Amino acid sequence: MADTSLSPAEARQSAERIKTSWFSALLYRSEALRGYLLMSPTILILTIGIIIPFFILVAMSLWTRDGFGFDTTLTMANYARTWDEPIFGALLQRSFWISGVATVATILVCYPMAYYVAFHVHKNKMMWIILMTLPFWTSYLLRVFAWKVILGYEGVINSGFMSLGLIEAPLEFLLYSQTAVIITLAHAWAAFAILPMYVSLEKIDKSLLEAATDLGDGPVARFLRITLPLSMPGIIAASFLIFIPTTGDYITPALLGGPDGAMIGNFIQLQFGPVNNWPMGATLSIVLMLWISAIALVFLFVTKKAQDKIA
Amino acid sequence: MSARGDTGTYIKRPNRPLQIYAVIFLIVLYVPVLFIPMFSFNDSIYVRFPLQGFTLQWYAELWSRDAVWAALFNSVKVGAVVAAISTILGVVAARAITRYRIPGKSALVTFIMMPLVIPGIIFGVALLVLLSRMGVPLSLYTVTLGHLIVCLPFAVATLLPRFEGFDPSMEEASADLGENGWWTFWRVTFPMVFPGVVASLLLTFTISFDEFIMAFFLTGTDATLPMYIWGQLRFPQEFPSVLALSSLILFISFILVFIAQRVGRMGLEDA
Amino acid sequence: MKNDAFISIRNVNKYFGSFQAIDNVNMDIGEGEFFSLLGASGCGKTTLLRMLAGFESTSDGEILIDGQPSADVPPHHRPVNMVFQSYAIFPHLNVADNIAYGLRKHKLSKPQKQEMVDEMLELIKLPGYGKRKANELSGGQRQRIALARALILKPKVLLLDEPLGALDKQLREQMQLELRALQRQVGITFVFVTHDQEEALTLSDRIAVMSGGKVLQVDTPEGLYEAPKTREVASFIGNMNFFQGTVRRNGSSEAAIETQGLGSIPISLEKVTKPDGAPVQVALRPEKFELLEEEPTGGHFVSAKMDKTAYLGERSHYYVTLDGKSEPVAVSSTNQFVARDDDRWKEGEPVWLSWSPEAVVVLDAD
Repeated sequence: MADTSLSPAEARQSAERIKTSWFSALLYRSEALRGYLLMSPTILILTIGIIIPFFILVAMSLWTRDGFGFDTTLTMANYARTWDEPIFGALLQRSFWISGVATVATILVCYPMAYYVAFHVHKNKMMWIILMTLPFWTSYLLRVFAWKVILGYEGVINSGFMSLGLIEAPLEFLLYSQTAVIITLAHAWAAFAILPMYVSLEKIDKSLLEAATDLGDGPVARFLRITLPLSMPGIIAASFLIFIPTTGDYITPALLGGPDGAMIGNFIQLQFGPVNNWPMGATLSIVLMLWISAIALVFLFVTKKAQDKIA
Repeated sequence: MSARGDTGTYIKRPNRPLQIYAVIFLIVLYVPVLFIPMFSFNDSIYVRFPLQGFTLQWYAELWSRDAVWAALFNSVKVGAVVAAISTILGVVAARAITRYRIPGKSALVTFIMMPLVIPGIIFGVALLVLLSRMGVPLSLYTVTLGHLIVCLPFAVATLLPRFEGFDPSMEEASADLGENGWWTFWRVTFPMVFPGVVASLLLTFTISFDEFIMAFFLTGTDATLPMYIWGQLRFPQEFPSVLALSSLILFISFILVFIAQRVGRMGLEDA
Repeated sequence: MKNDAFISIRNVNKYFGSFQAIDNVNMDIGEGEFFSLLGASGCGKTTLLRMLAGFESTSDGEILIDGQPSADVPPHHRPVNMVFQSYAIFPHLNVADNIAYGLRKHKLSKPQKQEMVDEMLELIKLPGYGKRKANELSGGQRQRIALARALILKPKVLLLDEPLGALDKQLREQMQLELRALQRQVGITFVFVTHDQEEALTLSDRIAVMSGGKVLQVDTPEGLYEAPKTREVASFIGNMNFFQGTVRRNGSSEAAIETQGLGSIPISLEKVTKPDGAPVQVALRPEKFELLEEEPTGGHFVSAKMDKTAYLGERSHYYVTLDGKSEPVAVSSTNQFVARDDDRWKEGEPVWLSWSPEAVVVLDAD
């Protein structure tokens, strides 16, 4: 190598002698500290946005309404009410029923699609994934609104069928029913639910299926013994991703549910709006969260047991 | 992906019924949403068949409404701020998650991803309660805070695969060649995760632009576009203009998300 | 502490949680030396290299580079550069920009930079490749670019993390020669990590054999091969036959080892420090034995019986069984004078095994 006037190594050597501050030295030595420092703004915002509000929500659920203000003596009165008055139990039950049916429906409808893309699409896989999931990212309100347009008294289905002469009068059961809410929820969440199922199916080593076939399984046995168990994590993840957010939904029931389709979310929203009983609203939110956690735990436990049994 | 070569294998042979199912699935997924633009061009105040003829009058009417413009600007302002902050925080957090050995890392990641699985209404009311107890008036700032919480997990989830997808020794090589953390970020890290940054910006902007659940609880006097639409839904005579506005929002959202997904997956597929 | 070493590693330990990756390592690396860290994967060699580069901190102990303590010096201030195992060629930059990456701080004019880059491309025998995209390069070319990118900064030490591991056999052998020549040409200290013992023997001035975070032995290639200090080193570098034995001292001037299988072997006094009756091991490389058809007239020999044989082209491996030793003894000999099949040894044939006591290595008993 020729002798150039430059000697970077020496330049750096002198830079090295500049005393680094104790803070940068500490940062350099502790990898974890650097990591926490980088995460801290995110954690801070989520703490302000999630943790602190949650504690205040818990506190408020123990208060009671007092005219336009709050009586801040701690009491379980609100919780007692949710237990004693049947309306709350009935609403919770209905919310879980509607979300449960919507979840099962979504999984059943989406699984074959996820399966198709994972196993039978070879060209432009990325386009298929984008196409499947694209609607999820667009306005939830508008997607629900679209179903109002379709299912409405004078909506697409009724007016369409009538102008075709298939029916005489509009079908009234379409809008403002539990069915309307379930259809809309399933449709609105399909694009999201499909992703975890697709991912778990895509991960399955195709040679496992060939091995199962080689060992004498037909397509049905192969599916039940290999594909389905291996894609179970995706199904479980998808179930959570639909069931949990939909139980608290209030837009869909408000636009499409009518009196029979109202869910706990509507009731919570009422407490913070027209009814103006915030402590009760807070209590209902906490109760909803507790129930969701309980159901999620039971669900996890049952699926784990079931998987152990199959294996 | 290894799929290409073994198209003809036994497991992957074409399955006609599934193919038909997939096409029907996509049609059912998209058609309901397509009724909105369809009726937005319908020359009738009633949203029903048969269609009455083509018109642009609902769009023209929107154009002259100050409230729509105000709501649009509000939504764009909130969306832009939310997109910028959540993407910056997402980059920083994703880097920390993928590059450092941090005790309690998985708990932190779970915490960041929590808003994905907790009903939006609970975040909405919890924040509302906090803000009102602190005496903070509801405004576009409070909406922005709410949207940040919704968007952060998506930003992190979009950026994580980008950071996971490139060799950590790239950054080490830069440090080894004499660049400090700041320059390493701009000369190596940022160019390599750039598609992810673009995708995250577009996605989080769209999510905020379309978000309604949090906005419902946290909006003050300045309405965002979805809040404006919600307000108009009470008036049947406003239906056609709501349809026109919704069509525009859907169109913009679809375009932005489509670009985001394409760019975001660029170069990751064949890895 | 006064010493002439260019890199001094003093009592260094490294823990990842409760796992100890580096266990009290001490070593000195001289200026201009081609020094290898050799060991199986997980032995701590890469961790040690990354400590020199500054990517891992030391849990305790210290590392001096050119007399400077390095604990608080971040990688970008260290006078060392590294060639990564994956090469880490920046995919968004072309070859010239990759090579010139580290020059940003040096405030050079464009033509100056250009000149240095061209000089480097010349050095790595890739002239005219400056405008190529990183993804248009082969593995061997990437490896050279990674070298050039580090060498352009004229580091005091070049660290190489298994740089030849990703190359196929032929290219690897060619690159070994080039790397050695390059190191002589630039005169920089090279610290080279490898799991390939042949590669380490070919390239290095000295080698540190590592296992389980510890340094087992630091020596020249000849030293490691001919005089390993432990059974672990002996069996890691090349093949080795081991025989159990006992020290026999006759007064103060003579010593011998009574072995199971080879009989009594006279040993020079500097090779045995143990007292009379102490258990030891005797180790002999397969190629140190000579196979004979007939009983030799002098020297050290023992009768044996041919067991399995393996023909490897230029040489053959034989396994022979000895009385008093349960496992067979490996013998390696060239096929220089063996042309036809019927000249070779057959299984079950009686043979004679001869050796020279100078080739014998004495090790502590297990």
